[in-house]
Amino acid sequence: MSADTVPVTGWGRTAPTAARLTRPRSYEEAVAAVRGCGARGGIPRGLGRAYGDAAQNAGGAVFDMTGLDRVHAIDADGGTVLCDAGVSLHRLMEVLLPLGWFVPVTPGTRHVTVGGAIGADVHGRNHHVSGSFSRHVLSFELLTADGEIRTVRRDTPLFDATTGGMGLTGMILTATVQLQPVETSLMSVDTERARDLDDLMARLTATDHAYRYSVAWIDLLARGAATGRAVLTRGNHAPLDALRASGTPGRGTRARRNALAFRTPRLPSPPAFLPEGLLNRTTVGLFNELWYRKAPRARTGRLQRIPAFFHPLDGVPHWNRVYGRGGLVQYQFVVGHGHEEALHRIVRRVSGHRCPSFLAVLKRFGDADPGWLSFPVPGWTLALDLPARLPGLGPLLDALDDEVAAVGGRVCLAKDSRLRPELLATMYPRLDDFRALRAELDPRGVFTSDLSRRLAL
Amino acid sequence: MKDAFGLPQSLLVLGGTSEIALATARRLVVRRVRTVWLAGRPSPALESAATELRTLGADVHTVAFDALDPESHEAVLGKVFTEGDVDMVLLAFGILGDQAHDEREPVAAVRVAQTNYTGAVSAGLVSGRALQAQGHGSLVVLSSVAGERARRTDFIYGSSKAGLDTFAQGLGDALHGTGVHVMVVRPGFVRSRMTAGLEEAPLATTPEAVATAIELGLRRRSETVWVPGVLRLVMSALRHVPRGVFRRLGL
Repeated sequence: MSADTVPVTGWGRTAPTAARLTRPRSYEEAVAAVRGCGARGGIPRGLGRAYGDAAQNAGGAVFDMTGLDRVHAIDADGGTVLCDAGVSLHRLMEVLLPLGWFVPVTPGTRHVTVGGAIGADVHGRNHHVSGSFSRHVLSFELLTADGEIRTVRRDTPLFDATTGGMGLTGMILTATVQLQPVETSLMSVDTERARDLDDLMARLTATDHAYRYSVAWIDLLARGAATGRAVLTRGNHAPLDALRASGTPGRGTRARRNALAFRTPRLPSPPAFLPEGLLNRTTVGLFNELWYRKAPRARTGRLQRIPAFFHPLDGVPHWNRVYGRGGLVQYQFVVGHGHEEALHRIVRRVSGHRCPSFLAVLKRFGDADPGWLSFPVPGWTLALDLPARLPGLGPLLDALDDEVAAVGGRVCLAKDSRLRPELLATMYPRLDDFRALRAELDPRGVFTSDLSRRLAL
Repeated sequence: MKDAFGLPQSLLVLGGTSEIALATARRLVVRRVRTVWLAGRPSPALESAATELRTLGADVHTVAFDALDPESHEAVLGKVFTEGDVDMVLLAFGILGDQAHDEREPVAAVRVAQTNYTGAVSAGLVSGRALQAQGHGSLVVLSSVAGERARRTDFIYGSSKAGLDTFAQGLGDALHGTGVHVMVVRPGFVRSRMTAGLEEAPLATTPEAVATAIELGLRRRSETVWVPGVLRLVMSALRHVPRGVFRRLGL
């Protein structure tokens, strides 16, 4: 084995496979890497935040894109940025916030690259207003399997195949992204508690439109009448006026001068080796109880910094280690409006199985974007983090897949590490178009990942 | 590809008529396995095993494979690997022999050793290299508690399994970090065709129980699996019993 062949996993740290890791630092090196990647192909990888096997390629090449990390041009008036695919959203926030611009969409972590955000067509807490990331991408440059670099614009098949295409149409080199104007780097946040799932869904449905960002944390260990009890957190970017009002952390003139400051607190990371079973029903049950009780019944207008509101887990580097050597599985699905009963059934099933999930997040999706394998469709989406070693988890999730597929829902490919391939075509009706385009664009399968092998994408 | 729980989608069984292997294959076909290669000497039993797995929904191929012909392993197994990724290789061939008879007929004893050990060395190395080239996969080796300590009543079989076990452990170390997972499975007395007519040992188990343990081991990425699990404790105690005492125990 040569020295650069290393075991690679996703953020969930399950199912490691070995690949040759190369890190192109120029477009020329990127072209050379793609042309010389060998019989088992290659796949671009950003910061490795996809939970499953999307950025792994057993026996082949993995292109680490983080060496291509230049911000080329910012149009501070029009609010667009042209940058390399390997630039992280964290870096963009550092650069753009002082200029009064924010990324249009951010998932639960800032540590994703622009290329990854397009490839997975990530969504955030503003999906009901802003759609997913690709809606704000004006164009990108794509290095395809033939070694050519193509400029890909909106409303073309290649654009729609690539946004959400999990890196399988080619390697994104640069992208132009439309940004979101902000007056401050603070969020004005309203928090309320919902006593059960019905209460939560009613609150979300009734008032979601009043907030740009909206998300609910659910206690899935609560049972009986409290099944689905939740803490609902919603917010908007705080206007400059809000800083004049009293309240932490932005009081006073100094705060106003630093209204666009971007500071990111960091706690120490958990040790590399933790015992198994740290997250069990008892510890997670205690955490959930505390978390629910700690949340105010209702509080409005609290000012929070961007990292605290959007990316609380980013404060703990390598938080995935707390799941131990067995790793974690994230299960995220969406069911359309009108299928609330299916959501109820799934929540009851998960609660009944006593899954120790301390991260269970419910959101309402707005309109879908045209990406063929893009995940969001209008409806309800629930995401759960679960320890992979939980007994009976595999069969439980298989059963949930059936529930989801039966009502025309789908699971998220960027999170997936265990879906049965035969359900994929039901969940993603444009799958055949995707396969046909790939067969034409990349007949030798140069761009290949463990995900694409597992699901025959 | 294997999923997050280590479950394979394609399976190559070396020793395609082994009851433990078929119990494992049935279990895995119900979960994720869609393609199975059953390798073994061509026989009606091999074909009926294939038919049975097909009824469960798997795409099953049979491959003519002879453990006693190591020269052919490279060609036979190599062909399977060129047809697509093999997520899991289950090395399950082996014969028990007849201790009393084999002690009188050294040639028969050698046949046990050649099947269980020599054949496994070549098949294991060929499979291990192919798995390493594809960067992923599990090699599950059926060893036995009989390899842990020599017993008067089955030391020919036991010594062949001891060799196999040591070989598989070393292969696992050699392949560490290559994406390939080698798992040694040490069942105790398994009620099956192989042991029919023999006096049952304590803690006897079934092919289905071994299959369950294999699935659990895949999920945990275990390196050693005892079936039943309590044998790990029992054998670690027995290992330290002095020879003289062990002889008199009559195990």
